[in-house]
Amino acid sequence: MEQVPAIELKNISKSFGNKMANKDVNLTVNRGEILSILGENGSGKTTLMNIIAGIYFPDEGRIFIDGNEVIIRSPKDAFQYKIGMIHQHFKLVDVFSATENIILGLNEKGKYNLKAAAQKVKDISSKYGFEIDPMKKIHEMAVSEKQTVEIIKVLYRGADILILDEPTAVLTPQETQKLFAVLRKMRDDGKSIIIITHKLHEVLSLSDKVAVLRKGEYVGTVETAKTNEAELTEMMVGKKISLNIERSEPKDCVDRLVVEHLDCVDRDGVKILNDISFTAYSGEILGIAGIAGSGQRELLEAIAGLQKVDKGEIVYNNPKTGSHDNLRDKTPIQIRDLGVRLSFVPEDRLGMGLVGNMDIIDNMMLRSYRKGKSAFLERKAPKDLAEKIIKDLEVVTPDARTPVRRLSGGNIQKVLVGREIAASPTVLMAAYPVRGLDIGASYTIYNLLNKQKEKGVAVIFVGEDLDVLIELCDRILVIGSGSITGIVDARTTTKEEIGLLMTKVRDAQGGEEK
Amino acid sequence: MLAFLVSAIRLGMTFLFGSTGETITEKSGHLNLGIPGVMCVGASCGCFAEYLYLTAAKNSANYFLAVLIPIIATLLGGAIMGLIFSFLTVTLRANQNVTGLAMTTFGVGISDYMIAETGSIYSRGSRYFTMSLPFADDLGWFGEIFFSHGILIYLAIVIALVTSFVLSKTRIGLNLRAVGENPATADAAGINVSLYRYAATCTGCAIAGLGGLSFIMDYLNGNWEYCIDEIGWLTIALVIFTVWKPDFAILGSVIFGALYIASSYITGVSFASKEIFKMLPYVVTIVVLIFTSIRNKKENQPPAHLGLSYFREER
Repeated sequence: MEQVPAIELKNISKSFGNKMANKDVNLTVNRGEILSILGENGSGKTTLMNIIAGIYFPDEGRIFIDGNEVIIRSPKDAFQYKIGMIHQHFKLVDVFSATENIILGLNEKGKYNLKAAAQKVKDISSKYGFEIDPMKKIHEMAVSEKQTVEIIKVLYRGADILILDEPTAVLTPQETQKLFAVLRKMRDDGKSIIIITHKLHEVLSLSDKVAVLRKGEYVGTVETAKTNEAELTEMMVGKKISLNIERSEPKDCVDRLVVEHLDCVDRDGVKILNDISFTAYSGEILGIAGIAGSGQRELLEAIAGLQKVDKGEIVYNNPKTGSHDNLRDKTPIQIRDLGVRLSFVPEDRLGMGLVGNMDIIDNMMLRSYRKGKSAFLERKAPKDLAEKIIKDLEVVTPDARTPVRRLSGGNIQKVLVGREIAASPTVLMAAYPVRGLDIGASYTIYNLLNKQKEKGVAVIFVGEDLDVLIELCDRILVIGSGSITGIVDARTTTKEEIGLLMTKVRDAQGGEEK
Repeated sequence: MLAFLVSAIRLGMTFLFGSTGETITEKSGHLNLGIPGVMCVGASCGCFAEYLYLTAAKNSANYFLAVLIPIIATLLGGAIMGLIFSFLTVTLRANQNVTGLAMTTFGVGISDYMIAETGSIYSRGSRYFTMSLPFADDLGWFGEIFFSHGILIYLAIVIALVTSFVLSKTRIGLNLRAVGENPATADAAGINVSLYRYAATCTGCAIAGLGGLSFIMDYLNGNWEYCIDEIGWLTIALVIFTVWKPDFAILGSVIFGALYIASSYITGVSFASKEIFKMLPYVVTIVVLIFTSIRNKKENQPPAHLGLSYFREER
């Protein structure tokens, strides 16, 4: 009883520039089967799905649908082969009703009839057990309802192969259970479902097969029934690689920053930080590990005064005055004046840290312009600083007058980190400071952070590469879905331990939310 | 009082053309501040076409041609302005506000030239546009208010109603609104965003142009002596006043018309304070803006992507 797979990928490769996003990936999904794609951030999961959905075109490899080779050039082609993708970021018009969104852009034959369409939406909903009001406006909906609309949109168009990109990231555990029930019903109805996730327990409870990707490479597919968490974690994080980052023992550790029971809620009302408590010591590097979007960004922004805090305390022990300041209701300027520096460096290096069209000197002045006393700008000090950074950190630039935008990512990073360090902070927070940097530049940044640590600065380092975190940091705080899932000693921990903590969702969270 | 009401309606329907046109344009996400210019150009084209036709036809001018020719000329003139706007903002990705203001300046210039060159020679043509329905006189005040108007007044109402229907009850309307609200979503749903923006802007500008024609030929009885860009600004305010709903605009435009001319019908208003009265429509627009902003009901907000260009690659 050889079954023809609903969709089969053979040796798919895709690269962006010189970065390999997918390399030799093989996948098969049968009718009536749920496949999970598991992998860390940047392992190429979404790229792979976008290839199937027609958003990207693979460099190499072949795709078969029902045994026939196909070429998918656009989302329209994908739709013709009955492939539907539910993106992580919803594509919905806010002021339209669910039904209007679902039929948008369709060229159905016959009269434009909202009522008939709404009825069809209802039929689909009851068939699979969705709960939705077809006439409700999107802006009145909760996140889970919006997701339901996206799924029905795909089903309305007759999709047989559904791809869901991290569908549970925005859902509460109860909503997740409901979604899974619906997905199982679809599977029993003969649909093929591919779900991207990095939550291990979800993989184990939902899927029939698991395909694991690691740094763009295809590690393998296993049957869920024949595997366990430990095996999957190992496939996901891989073997430990030694990096030989120098690490000194922390000394003179005192409590510098004490965070207690911190809660934050994002604009959609989703709890993004949940009861976060930890202490950052001076003279130590505290690593923060976690799947991207687990709340790392919000945590740092909350400390820096950029994110509204709903509950909890952030106490800063001032080494100069010895006072205990609560940072919670302070403005970013007040916080910065206390010596807390945030060097925020995700994709928007140029968004929050530097102004791309201004040159290096002017970017230095962004931090120091308030110091001037006369009506005119004082350019000498920033110019010296810019030149010092260029020299010390080996920034590759024609001169200090070059707009920052024209520098490479690594050099922009050096300018930003250099400026933040020059202000001699007492707390230095760096988020993904080495993202997109080559190895040499990365080591420069590691050394800078280490020097700060030796100076007695409390360094908080948000990273994504577990090998780096383990070798650079003293302690590692693991965050999962906005909660701390563990704080481990970097000297004794293993990648597997952190990997497991990252994918764990604290059960207590489910009890609180409705 | 009766004369006041009739006048308010005549002026209001002029606004209605403009606001219907601008609503269609804005629903596609285009904020066209060139509307005053579009109305000037529309009026210029229509009036000049009428002048040419009447000159050529001498005394044998027939009603339908005398009305139809200027209307077509106006529609064409307006649509060309819309085409220029779309080309600049969609294809060349120019800033919409700057483009719009440039078009206003351009349109005002054209109409100033027309005034200087031809002056108020349009009263003859105007008679065709102010011809009332034959049975209006038999119905007393009722006939005076509802049936004494020229053809453009009724056309304005019909266009507003049709627009309202298309926007809310057809697939084209749904797609158009999606383009103005969230072009990326519309694009992903397979809607040709650029095509919709071009079409909506050209249609909108053509309709708005009729407002200019209506103002000269109907309201001013062909005595074109001053620039009409003020009417254009009022129509933009009217779009906001009626929260982007062309059917509301039918009533809203009459209110605007009434407010605008109120000073002439109140005795003892000095020349200077007349100008204060003319400001009233803007004041009520601001009041409406304040109320809709406070209530913050999503349905009464401008299209979410209004004034923003859309490029697929820029995500």
